[in-house]
Amino acid sequence: MTGNEAMAEGAIQAGCRFYAGYPITPQNEFTSYMAKRMPEVNGIFIQAESELAAINMVFGASAAGARAMTSSSSPGISLKQEGISYIAGAELPAVIVNVMRGGPGLGNIWPAQSDYFQATRPGHGDYHSIVLAPYSVQEAHEFMFLGFDLADKYRTPAIVLSDGMLGQMMEPLLVRSRELGVGREKLQTPNSLPVRQAGKLQTKSWALTGCKGREPNIVKSFYMLEGDLEKFNLTLQKKYKAICQKEQRYEGLFLDDAKIILVAYGTMARIAKSALHSLRKKGKKIGLIRPITLWPFPQKPFTQYSMPHTRYLVIEMSYGQMLEDVRLAVNGKSPIEFLGRSGGGIPAEEEIIDFVNRQ
Amino acid sequence: MEKTFKKPQSLRDISTHYCPGCGHGIAHRLIAEVVDELEIRERVIGVAPVGCAVIAYDYWDFDCSEAAHGRALAVATGIKRVRPQNIIFTYQGDGDLAAIGTNETIHAANRGENVTVIFINNAIYGMTGGQMAPTTLLAQKTVTSPEGRQERLHGYPLKISEILASLRAVKYVERVSLDSPKEIIEAKKAVKLAFQNQIDNIGFSLVEILSPCPTYWDMSPKEAMDWIRDVMAKEFPLGRIK
Repeated sequence: MTGNEAMAEGAIQAGCRFYAGYPITPQNEFTSYMAKRMPEVNGIFIQAESELAAINMVFGASAAGARAMTSSSSPGISLKQEGISYIAGAELPAVIVNVMRGGPGLGNIWPAQSDYFQATRPGHGDYHSIVLAPYSVQEAHEFMFLGFDLADKYRTPAIVLSDGMLGQMMEPLLVRSRELGVGREKLQTPNSLPVRQAGKLQTKSWALTGCKGREPNIVKSFYMLEGDLEKFNLTLQKKYKAICQKEQRYEGLFLDDAKIILVAYGTMARIAKSALHSLRKKGKKIGLIRPITLWPFPQKPFTQYSMPHTRYLVIEMSYGQMLEDVRLAVNGKSPIEFLGRSGGGIPAEEEIIDFVNRQ
Repeated sequence: MEKTFKKPQSLRDISTHYCPGCGHGIAHRLIAEVVDELEIRERVIGVAPVGCAVIAYDYWDFDCSEAAHGRALAVATGIKRVRPQNIIFTYQGDGDLAAIGTNETIHAANRGENVTVIFINNAIYGMTGGQMAPTTLLAQKTVTSPEGRQERLHGYPLKISEILASLRAVKYVERVSLDSPKEIIEAKKAVKLAFQNQIDNIGFSLVEILSPCPTYWDMSPKEAMDWIRDVMAKEFPLGRIK
């Protein structure tokens, strides 16, 4: 399966029953897969008139209690930012997949990691989205489960940050939905699914279902009275603090004896891993930190391994976006080098090896 | 003695933030009365716009969602598709529905979403301080057309209801007014039909309500009502469009 299809199937198996999207390369397999697959599971597929409409349809579907998502690629994600901010402000869960391409502007359709900023430092207002960065088709598939579970748990948008390479690449996929099915069915709402399943489902108490037997629910992000918005923002900040404490994820390789630590995520981490193994074979003391959550950014390994004698090499398919978070995490305790290309260029294994050998 | 005139159950018993002579209060009440009469309070979900009616959900006593400016019909589409058994309506002003949200409006209508749209046309942006709206009349002065709307610079008042009526999937479009008790009774009939259509699964229904904004028309409430009848309704003729 391609990464795009694997993510789409992951969403379906994670209980997503609403998808709205708009065509944009290189994520089109996602939309066409959903068009075919959603009706098979009594879900809803809408080809929206724009990215703006798609993200706001997701807002509505999520407000109505369904697991809902959209996907797009960089310029389309820029258009969705308004809606993502509203989703965060209204405390709705939703998953947004970004299959990143080159920019700025129309850029091109080659893989890039130039949207790290717009994923981790998003639209207007003091909010965060949880950002997951898969580096294989398998992980891309499984992070849809994680994305929906985290989005529901914290009532917040979750972004799965992929790229054109991962979206288009084909790899074998092991479907493990039964093992990964934690909590997803009980979070669905009863009357958005076939009646036969209704017995084991629970309603999201805040969802818009009609006010029968309860006080009306209001889904909103608007707090006009003096002091109200500040009070609400503080509850959001408390939530973000909890996410930072509990949800940081990363993979670390050979960190204990590493003199040089490579830092890369997503597609770039695969290439960095190949370079790491080649260099290790030649006796170089190389390690790797692969951030899996980009927000919250994994602070722990940087705190633990930043010594004056270790050096970091941050590698990105951009001109240094994650680099800023690494600098903050390392906090001056170790020197940091950077290797990055973008706009179609991808740092190759040999480039990484040469860069390390020059150090 | 029996009480014959009551507050609708669907309307909360609180004072509103609207200006004296504003039409929103009447329109809110008409919707609340219709929701009560159709006995759909427990399954109706309203979508409030960005504009003067941004906190309409503070006045209605049923489930509601906000929507980003112009996106009410995209939000309503999401809710209705997930919950087809619920009754979904949007309440939108002229700026929301016919300027920033024109795309969402036309495409939701063209998909034939089975929702009800209450479109408040007061020919002005009220919330932000009286700017020119797509429905502002020629020669009408606003803070962004201080010399009056000129066709050469600003084009003509946009007749979005007529545009929507041309779409095959649109089932019902009517323009009504709040300028007199007689017209308010007609307006309520139209609102009721637009909700009944959704209950009967007939499809996309829209009621355009010509509504006074004395504050930004720089008129007294009575002058504003007269202006709707004598001037605005000439540009936007009342009656069933489709």
